[in-house]
Amino acid sequence: MATRTTVPFGPQHPVLPEPVQLRITYEDEKVVEVVPVIGYGQRGIEKACELNEYNKNIYLCERVCGICSYQHSESVVLATEQLWPLDIPPRTKFLRTIWAEMARTHSHLLWLGLFADAFGYESMFLQFWRIREKVLDILEQTAGHRVIQSVNVVGGVRRDIDEAQKKTVIDTLNVVRRESDDLVNVLINDYTVKSRTVGVGVMTKAQAMALGCVGPTLRGSGVSEDARLTKYSAYGELNYEPIVETAGDCYARMKVRARELFQAIDLQMEALSKLPEGEIAIKVKGGPPANETVARTEAPRGELYYYAKGNGTRHLERMKIRTPTFANLPAVLILLPGCQLADVPVNIHSLDPCISCTER
Amino acid sequence: MGLIHNSRIKSPWIMHFDNSSCNGCDIEVLACLTPLYDVERFGIVNMGNPKHADVLLITGPVNRRTARVLRNLYDQVPGPKMVIAVGTCASTGGVFHNCYNVLGGVDKVVPVDVYIPGCSVRPEAIIDGVVLALQKLASANL
Repeated sequence: MATRTTVPFGPQHPVLPEPVQLRITYEDEKVVEVVPVIGYGQRGIEKACELNEYNKNIYLCERVCGICSYQHSESVVLATEQLWPLDIPPRTKFLRTIWAEMARTHSHLLWLGLFADAFGYESMFLQFWRIREKVLDILEQTAGHRVIQSVNVVGGVRRDIDEAQKKTVIDTLNVVRRESDDLVNVLINDYTVKSRTVGVGVMTKAQAMALGCVGPTLRGSGVSEDARLTKYSAYGELNYEPIVETAGDCYARMKVRARELFQAIDLQMEALSKLPEGEIAIKVKGGPPANETVARTEAPRGELYYYAKGNGTRHLERMKIRTPTFANLPAVLILLPGCQLADVPVNIHSLDPCISCTER
Repeated sequence: MGLIHNSRIKSPWIMHFDNSSCNGCDIEVLACLTPLYDVERFGIVNMGNPKHADVLLITGPVNRRTARVLRNLYDQVPGPKMVIAVGTCASTGGVFHNCYNVLGGVDKVVPVDVYIPGCSVRPEAIIDGVVLALQKLASANL
């Protein structure tokens, strides 16, 4: 006799360190219904963007999400620059691309570790995070901080990568590639991992499109969609192809991110070898003119969309942020019903949830 | 000084709660557990259950919705307990001071023993903060 039970999953739960609640109703061991309850991480950043001067928004928007903070600062800077529009030096564009891919490397390593932890591979979680510290070291050396870099300003960047740093970055990336190659091989070929992830949480191409999913979640379902194809910053001059897997299950989403990890390292190498000489910033005077624009960038979790409207003063009239994790959250409604209770953490982590940027 | 008090100082169990932070401090708290910093060698264990915890690590500014959750969690932690505000936001509200849904630092809701500044805090600073909290706990007259 199956009885229905509803368990609150969160707002404080060991699986997710962040405050979100999922009300999961299950019969015996099978999930039948799930209701995500959000609002715990809401701060009101979009309104605060109107209260601050435009150049202070960078520091606020970086803290929308601490994991993809670099992409947030890049997006807000791109959106503000497009209001004039400003002519950005080519070296700046390349530097931004290098740091963006470096941030993607650390974010995907972080995710692979958390995902391994979700099905009980704790030592693999520790191994991935050990490698990740090396990426954080080169981020700190070149951009200035481990997590919140604050390296972008309207009109350019604040730091340059010199020849000595370039060598350190390339050496470290080679080590990172070699070490993560060993671990990713285990993750992709291991029998136990396959039995926990293959065929779990299948989302078809049509479902993913209908829910408006973005990023690796969408590419894991066989859709070749990526904001880097819009060729912002220096992506137009790099050899870039989106990575797509067709199965649509947790294993496919894991494979997309694992392959993107190596692609991000390749893109950094390529951008470093093509890094042009020149200025890293231009001088900007006054506030952005009355104009409106959007900036689309690819954060590690998917497409990030910033809308900015200026009115000629130093304060923006409106700033709208649409984050990839908010677009991916409805996918829990497809993934969770029908799955086993033990597969809930695997399914949730396969979407790479980030509550602080879901709610801003 | 009883056995329980001694073992509490030797091996504090920590519970981490994220109010509405940007995740920057949360991943640094997690990074403390990983091989480079490895706080488990000091006997520090991260717990999911407030009833098992001795030290509450709180990140992020308190907003109108998490204030009640934080208060509940604090009440469930058995005494003697230490509360550590990790990061600038948890200490004062930080960069989110003018956001409409933010009440401010953690001390608006629960009493705080140690404040750790930094945005985001470095793992070394978090370890240092926990050590300070343990010194306070050790000198407390229990």
